[in-house]
Amino acid sequence: MKLEYDLVIIGGGPAGLAVALEARRNTVKDILLLERDKYLGGILPQCIHNGFGVQYFKEELTGPEYAGRFITKLKDCQINVKKETMVINITSDKRIIAINRDDGLLHIQSKAVVLAMGCRERTREAIAVPGSRPAGIFTAGTAQRYINIEGYMPGREVVVLGSGDIGMIMARRMTLEGARVKAVLEIMPFSTGLIRNKVQCLDDFNIPLKFNHTITRIEGGKRVEKVTVAQVDKNLQAIPGTEEEISCDTVLLSVGLIPENELTSEAGIKLDPVTRGPIVNENRETEIEGIFACGNVLHVHDLADFVTEEGEIVGRAVGEYLKGNRKFRSQPIKIFPGDNIAYVVPQHIDFIVPGRKKIKLFMRVKKPEERVKINLIDDKGRVLTAYKKRIVTPGEMVSVFLPEVLLDDKLKNITISIKRD
Amino acid sequence: MKTDVVIIGGGVIGTAIARELSRFNINIILIEKEDDVAMGTSKGNSGIIHAGYNDDFNTLKGELNIKSNPKFDKLCADLKILFKRIGSLVIGFSQEDFRKLKELKENGEKNGIENLEIIRGPKLFELEPNLNPQAKYALYAPSAGIISPYKFTIALADNAVINGVKVLLETEAKDIRIEEKQVYGVVTNRGLIETRIVINAAGLHADEIAEAAGDNFKINPIKGEYQLFDKQWGNLVNHILFPIPTKLSKGILVAPTVHDNLLIGPNSYWVKDKDDPATTKAGTEEVCEGARKLVPNLPHQDLVASFAGLRADIEGRNDFIIEASKKIRGFINVADIESPGLSSVPAIAEMVSGILKEVVKEISPQLELNCQDDFVETLVEQPKFADYLDKTGEWQEIVEKDTDYGEIICRCEKVSKGEILRAIHQPLPARSLDAIKRRVRAGMGRCQGGFCSPKVLKILSEELKISPLKVSKKGPGSEILKTKTKEIIKETGVKFKDEVRV
Ligand SMILES: Cc1cc2nc3c(=O)[nH]c(=O)nc-3n(C[C@H](O)[C@H](O)[C@H](O)COP(=O)(O)OP(=O)(O)OC[C@H]3O[C@@H](n4cnc5c(N)ncnc54)[C@H](O)[C@@H]3O)c2cc1C
Repeated sequence: MKLEYDLVIIGGGPAGLAVALEARRNTVKDILLLERDKYLGGILPQCIHNGFGVQYFKEELTGPEYAGRFITKLKDCQINVKKETMVINITSDKRIIAINRDDGLLHIQSKAVVLAMGCRERTREAIAVPGSRPAGIFTAGTAQRYINIEGYMPGREVVVLGSGDIGMIMARRMTLEGARVKAVLEIMPFSTGLIRNKVQCLDDFNIPLKFNHTITRIEGGKRVEKVTVAQVDKNLQAIPGTEEEISCDTVLLSVGLIPENELTSEAGIKLDPVTRGPIVNENRETEIEGIFACGNVLHVHDLADFVTEEGEIVGRAVGEYLKGNRKFRSQPIKIFPGDNIAYVVPQHIDFIVPGRKKIKLFMRVKKPEERVKINLIDDKGRVLTAYKKRIVTPGEMVSVFLPEVLLDDKLKNITISIKRD
Repeated sequence: MKTDVVIIGGGVIGTAIARELSRFNINIILIEKEDDVAMGTSKGNSGIIHAGYNDDFNTLKGELNIKSNPKFDKLCADLKILFKRIGSLVIGFSQEDFRKLKELKENGEKNGIENLEIIRGPKLFELEPNLNPQAKYALYAPSAGIISPYKFTIALADNAVINGVKVLLETEAKDIRIEEKQVYGVVTNRGLIETRIVINAAGLHADEIAEAAGDNFKINPIKGEYQLFDKQWGNLVNHILFPIPTKLSKGILVAPTVHDNLLIGPNSYWVKDKDDPATTKAGTEEVCEGARKLVPNLPHQDLVASFAGLRADIEGRNDFIIEASKKIRGFINVADIESPGLSSVPAIAEMVSGILKEVVKEISPQLELNCQDDFVETLVEQPKFADYLDKTGEWQEIVEKDTDYGEIICRCEKVSKGEILRAIHQPLPARSLDAIKRRVRAGMGRCQGGFCSPKVLKILSEELKISPLKVSKKGPGSEILKTKTKEIIKETGVKFKDEVRV
């Protein structure tokens, strides 16, 4: 088999699929897409609920349908795909080692590499929920796989910890399957998922969502028998006297997603401690030229549509990179998170691109706020431009445009801050 | 069922005894109440092979630890498990601590350890750059090492099985049949096993077994909680770091594991329940605080697991019980095996072998204890993909012979399907998700089985030819899945109508 490519994409979820198609549109010739699972689509094939594609296709699709549209197109444009193939190493000079049953170990050399490995779920262990270790504790995504792919119910009486999107969607899914979802507990005073999911998955099914609550103990020998839940104070510490026991056989966790960047780190690429993804420029190119990242491996997105958009940015950028006619700014512009901003992607702007009108910046806030002003501030404290927004919350990514006209040669830093208007 | 010897308990002690006795041409059955060996104390401990300076040589603890320590290199090489002699440092901060370190050193030297050294000043930080800068002294014991206690136990069991020991899992001793002060059998949940010799290695439950045979002591569990951090942090320390020991324990340590994780713990406090290794919030905080005294900057954001173990302590007694019962013939107690129990394993097994010879002489002189000519001392090395990441050419050859080794099931720990299949068919086979995890590490990594457990579940169901609904985490009662989809609705008739907005 051929072992040299112009572009190797690692991961066949919505990010990798978009990169492949867009790179092809931008005349990238030899493309190889590597996917460890049996099928393409990443996590989408198990997301059988709808709500995908509203932004990108302007219609409501299920996860498999959304993925299906890209997979069909991919087949038409003869992109090499290797499924059930696990990448185990990437080097800074873009050599890739992968393994599968048929070929054994593959040593591949590429001119450009795109990291699109997605993310994993934070576990009960990572947040140190005390108690015993019986069967019946699942991350929400694993439970989703058991139900929607394997066809089995992992539980009958459920308590969900965390109001992340997958947790809320699974609360509804399990309810529809006849399970009793006794409560969704959220340690913060606000939901960490989309507002739309709170309404459609919990409120519509009368599933109680308890803010400022957490599980303080899981009990059960062989199988979960009950959990103790308690209200927490401002420092997120359980308030004595508020404990309450809920009997259940299953605990689902939806307490955050972590970009899977072990391969990235092994390649020597620096990560942003907040996003836990690589630090990138406006092309989503990491500090190693020609290695790009997009989708949930870069930062956790709340909609697949945004992931596709990011994949397309990378697809175009790979085209430019391979053509080799890019023009760097004399110095990069660094973008910093200011008041109430957890992070901004991209972290810096490196290129001068003729004809470019604006750059879209994505960010997450630390805490919810209503009627806010988003200020883009330069090195000298001058507001370059500002936007108003009715509501911001950590569960929903915020994006703003940075007009190209503002980016003069001397500009070194931009800080973005969000404040009540 | 009839046999010459029954060993009760598949912890590190029971399995080591089983392996040692399998040198003889006698019939041995080991019974274990759980679905795998290493489900008790031998799973939840620090995994330290101590140098042997803590205990007095006149105690069994002191003597057997010292005798065992040098044997680990060969034993682990034979069993094909990792043992790393990385050395330990007991850290002191004050003049008072310095005195205690000197006492420990003197005791160690009395025990015959030659290479103990007290280290101070900059050398301390050369050895351990991340050590608390306020540390002043350390007792350095180069012969201390680390091991995976459950892998050790499983390997001992595998080796015993290869040499003819029958291991009966999910088999619990309920009573000891005694006639005229002589053992006649063990009553189990699966029926009577006739035997004239019983070895009680039941760990936390050894007192209940002993009581059934008329011996009296009471085991009070002492809990110890741990935290384990991601593999990228195993090199935060280079040695096993201990605080100054107290009467009750060796204190909260910081150490790498043989799999390159970073381990901190244990705390220590009495609990009532012998079967409840739950972790607690207070315990977690105590462990972190204790560990921070040695290494101030711990990678709390990369916590991979918490767990706890229970020490089988007899209050007021500070030594192992390894002896033939004085009341009942044919009954041997191996109890109160607290720390350094793991470190003393080879010598404990040999001592029990000696006791067995005496007992046999007394009660069954017709039973000849001859060594088997064909005793197999070593296990065969089983290739693990994670060990071949820089020898991919060699792994290619393995995949070409068996394509299952080309399919990676656990991405965090890089475990191939071939390794999982092997675990299901090894001499002491894995029958549950946790048993697979302990053998080949699938599910042990940072995602804690989030991605691979559905796949491992499927493989188990196919290989064992059981329904996926029967696959468990750790034996009957801990099945992962409840029903097929649509079943609950069929049972209860509850259905949501279309009018619900979805
Ligand atoms: C927190 C902690 C830290 C430690 N750290 C170290 C260390 O670093 N170094 C060291 O040398 N030692 C250490 N130890 C001590 C060491 O772990 C023990 O000495 C050793 O594991 C004891 O093994 P065991 O086989 O006696 O007990 P166990 O492992 O508990 O085995 C007993 C087995 O018997 C089974 N059983 C019980 N009752 C029955 C029944 N009725 N029928 C059938 N089966 C039964 C149980 O299920 C269990 O599997 C530590 C212990 C603890 C708790």
